[in-house]
Amino acid sequence: MSPPVLSVRNLRVEFPTRRGTLVAVDDVSFDIGPGEVLGVVGESGAGKSMTGTAVIGLLEPPGRIASGEVWLQGERIDRLPPEKMRRVRGRRIGMVFQDPLTSLNPLYQIGEQLIETIRTHTDASPAVARKRAIGLLEAAGIQGAARRIDSYPHEFSGGMRQRVVIALALAAEPDLIIADEPTTALDVSIQAQIIDLLKTLCRDRGAAIMLITHDMGVIAETADRVAVMYAGRIAEIGPVRDVVQRPQHPYTKGLMGSIPTLEMGGTRLTQIPGSMPRLTAIPTGCAFNPRCNAAFDRCRVERPDPMQTGTGAVACWLAARAADEADPANQMHPTRMAP
Amino acid sequence: MLAYSIRRIFEALIVMITVAALAFVLFRFVGDPVNQLVGQDATLAERNLIRQQLGLDDPMPVQFGRFLWKAAHFDFGMSYQVKQPVTAVFASRFPATFELALTAALFATLIGIPMGVYTGIHRDSWVSKVFLTISLIGISLPTFLIGILLIWVFSTLLGWLPSFGRGEVVDLGIWKTGFLTRDGWAHLVLPAITLGLFQLTLITRLVRSQMLEVLRADYIKFARARGLSDRAINFGHALKNTLIPVITVIGLQVGAIIAFALITEFVFQWPGMGLLFLQSVQNADIPVMSAYLFLVAFLFVAINFIVDLLYVWVDPRIRILGTST
Amino acid sequence: MTIVAPDKVAKIARPAGRLRRFIDSDMLHSFVRSPLVMFAALIAVILVGAAFLAPVLAPHDPYDLKSLNLMDGENPPRWIKGGDPRFWLGTDDQGRDIYSTILYGMRSSLLIAMAAVGFALLLGVSLGLVAGYRGGRIDTLIMRIADIQLTFPSILTALLVDGIARTALKGSQLGNSHYVILVVAIGLSFWVQYARTVRGVTLVERNKDYVQAARLIGLSSRKIMFNHVLPNVLSPVLVLATINLALAIITEATLSFLGVGLPSSEPSLGTMIQIGNRFLLSGSWWMVAFPGVTLAALVLAVNLVGDWLRDKLDPRLR
Repeated sequence: MSPPVLSVRNLRVEFPTRRGTLVAVDDVSFDIGPGEVLGVVGESGAGKSMTGTAVIGLLEPPGRIASGEVWLQGERIDRLPPEKMRRVRGRRIGMVFQDPLTSLNPLYQIGEQLIETIRTHTDASPAVARKRAIGLLEAAGIQGAARRIDSYPHEFSGGMRQRVVIALALAAEPDLIIADEPTTALDVSIQAQIIDLLKTLCRDRGAAIMLITHDMGVIAETADRVAVMYAGRIAEIGPVRDVVQRPQHPYTKGLMGSIPTLEMGGTRLTQIPGSMPRLTAIPTGCAFNPRCNAAFDRCRVERPDPMQTGTGAVACWLAARAADEADPANQMHPTRMAP
Repeated sequence: MLAYSIRRIFEALIVMITVAALAFVLFRFVGDPVNQLVGQDATLAERNLIRQQLGLDDPMPVQFGRFLWKAAHFDFGMSYQVKQPVTAVFASRFPATFELALTAALFATLIGIPMGVYTGIHRDSWVSKVFLTISLIGISLPTFLIGILLIWVFSTLLGWLPSFGRGEVVDLGIWKTGFLTRDGWAHLVLPAITLGLFQLTLITRLVRSQMLEVLRADYIKFARARGLSDRAINFGHALKNTLIPVITVIGLQVGAIIAFALITEFVFQWPGMGLLFLQSVQNADIPVMSAYLFLVAFLFVAINFIVDLLYVWVDPRIRILGTST
Repeated sequence: MTIVAPDKVAKIARPAGRLRRFIDSDMLHSFVRSPLVMFAALIAVILVGAAFLAPVLAPHDPYDLKSLNLMDGENPPRWIKGGDPRFWLGTDDQGRDIYSTILYGMRSSLLIAMAAVGFALLLGVSLGLVAGYRGGRIDTLIMRIADIQLTFPSILTALLVDGIARTALKGSQLGNSHYVILVVAIGLSFWVQYARTVRGVTLVERNKDYVQAARLIGLSSRKIMFNHVLPNVLSPVLVLATINLALAIITEATLSFLGVGLPSSEPSLGTMIQIGNRFLLSGSWWMVAFPGVTLAALVLAVNLVGDWLRDKLDPRLR
């Protein structure tokens, strides 16, 4: 297996506040291979956006990476000086944000923004950069790109603008794209097109994708692997097929139960009772235990770390107990996840 | 866009006619124009003759129409005080006020905007804190006090700079300028700082608060994610987006500069239009007063119009809005 | 269930509720916790107190021409060589005691400023109520005038009104009308903000159900409106008035300084500075320094309190 493009190890993101330190991301580890699509799913506030923002080095102060490591193609990037990190952004990691309406500077033509990005990272002359910008827009499915390159953002529809945003993120041919809820703000009818576009463009360029979303449906159709986050931690990670069809963590099971499928026929969608705890009030033990109908004593006291299961890893004492019962001789110990 | 322009021009016309009516009432009913033109010992016949010559016997609307017509041609009659055409008096005073106001405005803008950007980006640095504290005091002090303080320190105590007048000026025919001599510049320093200081603090504070707001915008975050340099982000992307409110305020401040120029001119005995107006108030020189009123109104209307045009230039969205509706 | 007229409810519930809310709110708390604002408020209270107690506090009466002696003119403060122990802060060219004149002058300045703000408030609130309540043409007319006036700096408006009034009244002896002209000129330059604020609130209240209901059952909606609009505009109007007070003090001082406000024989901070300014180049700095510092301190203190009030009561006005 080829070495991963991105490797995150024990990442912890903290926000010091007057009322104490909030831990937004806690002990998160995962890898993304070349050309792979990793879906990161969870409710809002689960820490998925924060993880993406931390990887690209754009945490807003006072937020900071308290511990852990971020490796990009064998190079550690979480400690890079600002100027070097700036050159990583855009050139090696691109990012797409949720709202295409506000992601583009309204006062500049899209061409100006594209050319600016290309020329920041390459030696291309203005003319060459413009040609490449037109090419990118065409690839992003903008009709009449040569003409529309001189239009302002407000002259495009929401879906079109997100295509422009994707073209911008890919402008300097990064190896990894972090897409943070790229379709949430769009009409349902356009969402699939944009996801398709993102996937196609990245596949053509060999770029990996970290796809952050709360929409399990999008993940199921797009991702190769999926990480389920809950209250700042990874609850379960593994190949999409396994996680969707045989979820091990009760939270993942609940998530799957809330997606309508054709096979379900008349059965009711399940709903997870309660809501995710706020960062200020994360319960002891497993953060999910108050909402979990299978929780037992250990869950309320001791926090589970992700434990290796066949193809992935799950942070749940139930899974640990099941493994113990199946094979008491070969007790499973908490391990760091590896893909 | 066209409808919008027409509406704006229509509004401007109404303002100008209102001001003209005010000036006319002032001119016609406050103090008798005849009295001012003839001596105390003039006979009734002489008075009536002049009255007729001036058309003061005509119906009011006719008189007002004539007044408007003349005003539109910048003809405001003779100054009672200096017995010269008002237009000529203003023309000789205008360059002084213009050069003072221009210098002050440039001083305020060219220092205020970078200061605002700096204090917006480095909001926690001690330079920002010191500046903001000082600016609070600066914004509270009356202009004339600042002028007096500067004169006291730099003229009386240190003797570095002159405290009154324009100094040596170069006559360019219709325009006497102080820009071409060292002495002229020396005389310009203190008045320009006095006049521009308030605007400087205002612009700095405004740019700062706008920067703080814009820097939180998504497109700035996206620009960072694209790896653009801090310079490109702060000055290219953020600053341009703060410009709309800044242009509005600078536009309005040009008006304030005219108002405060009057005070500054008085403190520094600067021979501009403001000083002329103050003298005319004290001497009841009504033609000069009404001309000043008219001129100020005209400048305001013109400035507001220019500000509107600048919006369109800065923000492409306004253009579309205008044409589509 | 009994139905109580809404205005009655308001009358019964408001006063107690307001006091309660004030004590419970973090307003008092924030006041006590910001030393700068407390200091500013203290300075403001001391200065205003001193101004109104001028006849008691001042050792000399600057209005009493008989007590003046030109021989006492241009005395420096008493701690400087050549100072006269009778005059703490020295004297002006007429031999008036600077300290006493500052107290009396501040009283004139404050009286004019307060009267001007009161006039602006009354005018603005009534025009705003009329505009908001009547709507239609009257509303358009009032608000258009307001818009136009808003583009002019207030000091220019005050100066123009002052100049016109001065010229119009020329001939007849001005006498006390100096004060009236100043109050009207400054007041006219401030009314717009009050009118806009009150109109906005009135428009909101007018469309509320209880006013519509009152209309339907034939009650005087005007009275109800009045009772509901006024409490709602209380805090923004209070904030505006405080900030305007500082501005009015500056405007009065500026006009008097320019020689178109009070005549130089009448003590006010502006006229004192104007007189002092003539002697500054000859080195008599105390004639302008003390009134200047007093003016700056007064304005700064009132401004700080006003800013704080605005932050607490009505952040929208920012």
